[in-house]
Amino acid sequence: MSDNVFDAIVIGSGISGGWAAKELTERGLKVIMLERGKDIEHIKDYVNANKEAWDHPHRGGRTQQMINDYPVLKRDYPLNEVNLDWWASDKDSPYTEVKRFDWFRGYHVGGRSLLWGRQSYRWSDFDFEANAKEGIGVDWPVRYAEIAPWYDYVEKFAGISGSKEGLPQLPDGQFLKPMDMTCVEKDVAARIKEHYKGARHMIIGRTAHITEPHADRTECQFRNKCWLGCPFGGYFSTQSSTLPAARKTGNLTLRPWSIVTKILYDKDTKKATGVEVLDAETNKTYEYKAKIIFLNASTLNSAWILMNSATDIWPDGLGSSSNALGKYLMDHHLGVGASGEVDGYEDKYVFGRRANGVYVPRYRNLFGDKRDYLRGFGYQGGGSRQGWGREIAELNIGGAFKDALTEPGVWTMGIGGFGEMLPNADNKVTLDKTKKDKWGLNVLSIDCELKENELKMRKDMMNDAAEMLEIAGVKKIKTNNSDGTPGRGIHEMGTARMGKDPKTSVLNKWNQVWDAQNVFVTDGSFMTSASCVNPSLTYMAFTARAAAYAVEELKKGNL
Amino acid sequence: MERRELLKMIALATGSAVIGGEFLLSGCKNENAGSGLTFSEDDIAFLDELAETILPKTNTPGAKDAQVGKYMAVMVTDCYEAPDQQIFKAGIQKLNEESKKMFDTNFLKLSLQQKTQLLIQIDSSCKAFNKKVDDEYDALSAEERHKLSLEEHTTNKNYKKEKLRQNPYRFYTMMKQLTLSGFFTSEVGATKALRYIAVPGKFDGCAPYTKGEKAWATS
Repeated sequence: MSDNVFDAIVIGSGISGGWAAKELTERGLKVIMLERGKDIEHIKDYVNANKEAWDHPHRGGRTQQMINDYPVLKRDYPLNEVNLDWWASDKDSPYTEVKRFDWFRGYHVGGRSLLWGRQSYRWSDFDFEANAKEGIGVDWPVRYAEIAPWYDYVEKFAGISGSKEGLPQLPDGQFLKPMDMTCVEKDVAARIKEHYKGARHMIIGRTAHITEPHADRTECQFRNKCWLGCPFGGYFSTQSSTLPAARKTGNLTLRPWSIVTKILYDKDTKKATGVEVLDAETNKTYEYKAKIIFLNASTLNSAWILMNSATDIWPDGLGSSSNALGKYLMDHHLGVGASGEVDGYEDKYVFGRRANGVYVPRYRNLFGDKRDYLRGFGYQGGGSRQGWGREIAELNIGGAFKDALTEPGVWTMGIGGFGEMLPNADNKVTLDKTKKDKWGLNVLSIDCELKENELKMRKDMMNDAAEMLEIAGVKKIKTNNSDGTPGRGIHEMGTARMGKDPKTSVLNKWNQVWDAQNVFVTDGSFMTSASCVNPSLTYMAFTARAAAYAVEELKKGNL
Repeated sequence: MERRELLKMIALATGSAVIGGEFLLSGCKNENAGSGLTFSEDDIAFLDELAETILPKTNTPGAKDAQVGKYMAVMVTDCYEAPDQQIFKAGIQKLNEESKKMFDTNFLKLSLQQKTQLLIQIDSSCKAFNKKVDDEYDALSAEERHKLSLEEHTTNKNYKKEKLRQNPYRFYTMMKQLTLSGFFTSEVGATKALRYIAVPGKFDGCAPYTKGEKAWATS
């Protein structure tokens, strides 16, 4: 095989790209995985993983210089001193905001699999059927029964901890033992269950942490330093999980600093032949050829690559014949919730730092509930004791004040909503041909906002949070209602949706581009609707399924 | 818990005035590049003395043991917006003036009892001011708070921060916030005044606790 010819090309090395590489190499294909940014080697490159707050000059905070250098990242928690190198440079890679859209990106090997929140939930048929039942967007070409075995498959490999609850809207999976709830969380959960007669639940978060030894990885050590990279491999990332598996086959080539600028398309065979790569360090251009291409560049960047491909045939890019490419962009909207204080439990505390919280699965517009909006939301939250940042009412300063702060304060409990966003053709990305990035490439223009359905839902998200906490005995409840700018959820979805009809969708039910069936798009861009649960587990399941299908079809001579 | 929710919840549960949450999470313009702000050895000695009055050595180390004065200088120089830098720096002089008003001499020359008396007076005034700002904010309707949150992103103006800056003793709140964060996130603060285990190895959500036992440095 010549240097630039492979059986398959995987574009991107994040959660879905890592899975594509693993599945394709394990099925015997020679694969090159192209990553636009730098390499980050497991353990060796987790340079801050064992540092403490006091090892950082600003104790992990943000300087005015950083704020200046990262005009987008500064808008929320990601801008910080401890893992700044793992966020894409806003200056090198700008984009146009027709309306404000917070785009937080990880341009390096592993992508956001190193930085993600790790919450892992299955979809149910309430999600897969919603579009069809309500006449929103297009119908999903897949139902739960078809994807369930693939959830089983990816959960067993990734390692998901959680509790079996038997809830139809949040199907159980192949779980490792659940993490512990705090005593306050347990009691709040019990009161919610009792009051709502089993219609609402608070459960421990299902998270991609191994709570038992799993494959070659060491179980979670409860350090809560996940986003520095975990030297134990305690959580699922490309580096801890899929990359070592792909490498073990001997079939993987990984090429960092490789910006894929287009997919090369042959109009005679109606197939892609390979990709064009711009070396991010040298600015030289290369071509790689393969029989199969997996596009996993992250939702918006996958749309960007498609828009730049096969433009001699379709001016708006590969997949644009449907008029759906770039459209129906979604996120989860958050920033609303409630929190308060809990009396008692003075003789209880926690041991260890749990990088997980509790979860309230969706209950709105289900089982006979009917609201003035469609779909629903879930909550994430937690109950813990206050630390040194609290006010001591009767003390101002001095020895007694300090000594009081060295003991834990009262218990607090808070929950924040994650709401479903409907697919809307007006929420879209296009190419901005007037603006270029560091490499002279046209940038994306993002035009996206919350619409009426989301805004109505947010009222419930806030009021329900306060109501549930009150019922559970929480005191001094404060509600939180911030702006909910899309992008903030860091769950970009859509822009290359799958469907049943090539006229209205970019991909078929196997994640194949209708117009180039050897191109599979399996990152968040394939999502036809958003559900309200964290999406990564679903990307994993669809990627594994698509890879298995791709290899079968290749063997049959169909690709 | 996802980090983003955790940060917001800390700010919610503790009130941002206490730990300076408005500095941690708000976006702001860099107007102070090359502002020429400097802190002399004397300034740092002054800040150390002030910090030690707020968090003195007891049977555990105090602010000076954690070199909180130096930390304050670094944080104000690198992380504060220009208007807040001015407020902070002018605060050293202002505190001396308050000291002269009350005891006819500079802050550093006061006895511990006098320093404590002066700072408690300013602290109480700041507490009342900050509480008023918090209460006013909490009394706003959800819609009004939502509107402010949107405005913050278009104008870069943080409602609470603007209000808090109107406190004539704002410098003191800043000094106290930095004293607390500087001390409790330092190695001595986290490991000697609080408890810290680098690798806990397990999580117990319902561990027994006896009054007097130290709090964990981080959660």
